[in-house]
Amino acid sequence: MRRYYKTLVFFLSLWPLYVISYQIIFNQLGPEPVDRIINYFGEWTLIFILLTLSMTPLKKITKSVEWIKFRRMLGLFTFFYASIHMLSYVGLDYRFDFDPLINDVLKKKFIFIGFSAWLLLIPLAITSSERMVRLLKQNWKKIHRLIYIIGIFGVLHYIWLSKTIFFKPLIFLILLIILLLFRIKITKSASKI
Amino acid sequence: MIKFKNSEITPENIYKKRRSFIKSIGLSASTLAMSAIPFVNKSLASERDKLTSYKDITTYNNYYEFGTSKSDPHRNSQIFKTTPWDITIEGEVEKPIKLSMEEISEMFISEERIYRLRCVEGWSMVIPWMGFSLSKLLSKVNPTNKAKFVEFESVYDPAQMNGQRYPVLNWPYNEGLRIDEAMHPLTTVVTGLYGKKLPNQNGAPLRIFIPWKYGFKSAKAIVKIKFVENMPTSSWMWASPREYGFYSNVNPNVDHPRWSQATERIIGEGVWAPRVKTLMFNGYGDEVASLYSGMDLKKNY
Repeated sequence: MRRYYKTLVFFLSLWPLYVISYQIIFNQLGPEPVDRIINYFGEWTLIFILLTLSMTPLKKITKSVEWIKFRRMLGLFTFFYASIHMLSYVGLDYRFDFDPLINDVLKKKFIFIGFSAWLLLIPLAITSSERMVRLLKQNWKKIHRLIYIIGIFGVLHYIWLSKTIFFKPLIFLILLIILLLFRIKITKSASKI
Repeated sequence: MIKFKNSEITPENIYKKRRSFIKSIGLSASTLAMSAIPFVNKSLASERDKLTSYKDITTYNNYYEFGTSKSDPHRNSQIFKTTPWDITIEGEVEKPIKLSMEEISEMFISEERIYRLRCVEGWSMVIPWMGFSLSKLLSKVNPTNKAKFVEFESVYDPAQMNGQRYPVLNWPYNEGLRIDEAMHPLTTVVTGLYGKKLPNQNGAPLRIFIPWKYGFKSAKAIVKIKFVENMPTSSWMWASPREYGFYSNVNPNVDHPRWSQATERIIGEGVWAPRVKTLMFNGYGDEVASLYSGMDLKKNY
């Protein structure tokens, strides 16, 4: 049974794609479809960041290492959704018109920070394989701590683009803070030992 | 989701046919209003000037009193009570007055006014409002010589407006105009749209609409109009003065600190429709540019 968990998580992680495909095909994206697609994938990116960050705390709480098996896959799905999010903005919204895009990246802080977060995801995706873990040894852990920065950038990106923090950006912020606090606790208790 | 009864809505195709019929015989109250609109009379009227559907206009709203998501106002405003409703006109006036909604509907005849709504978020709609010039309503009072600005206060009723239970903005919603802006014929008191009573989610029973300014300037569900001496601080200015100025004229050359205002998306177009260029003063420059002659619009954003 347990060996099917990973397959199950894989197909569950594709859920956002089924939903949006259905909505595109049956024309249910609402009055502002482009905006809807961009926001939709942005939100799912953040959800996957939070899911990825939840695996270690879940391991501690349930005292089961089972969770760590999903961490890499969830991380790669984060990169996958972040890339669709970014591409729908660049391609669908701005039609690869790079002048206003470059202007946006440089002048608008929420785009700058969002784009930075996506760039930071690239080394994590590249070094995600088992071989890279072995190759990089201790450095692998250090590199992959970037996910904390990415999480913070991602949530800031959401807060800065929203006209008000109420309520979705605030919810993401609170969840991220909780998950990051776990890290402080974990490293503290680890250093005691 | 609450569905509209079919009987409640004039089918859009019939509505549009009726309009073109009225236009063709050329003797309608709305002819005058139409000529004020930069695009209707031009043969090059394009995609961007097509009326937005009733459904989109009434289900895609920014009205934080009923929630911060676009679909919230439609969902949460249906039981909102708009009767009885009084509007006071007070402040720097010789004699303040209080008018009921019934009195207002008797006093002023609403006509059709088709204007483009440009949201500060970068999208636009074309809406066939029903309304009359605010100047007519304001002429019922005599402002003192101290009066320089007009302030609009929206209703405060957290029992009915769930969004007001949270400090999203400093309630009640507050907006303002310079007197000459308020007296401009394009500044409209809105009582309806698509030939029907104004839906709650669009600001019933009475709102204002200023076509050349970003949508948030057009306050909804107004209960108080006040003549004042000093420039009022609107709710959005109070929330973020750097991002929202008092004037907030549609201006493709002045970016919002967080997003560009050079282009906009047309509501109701498909996934593949491109952005279109935003027009200075939302396309109403011929009528309103003179209000701001000599002013630095980059500073007075």
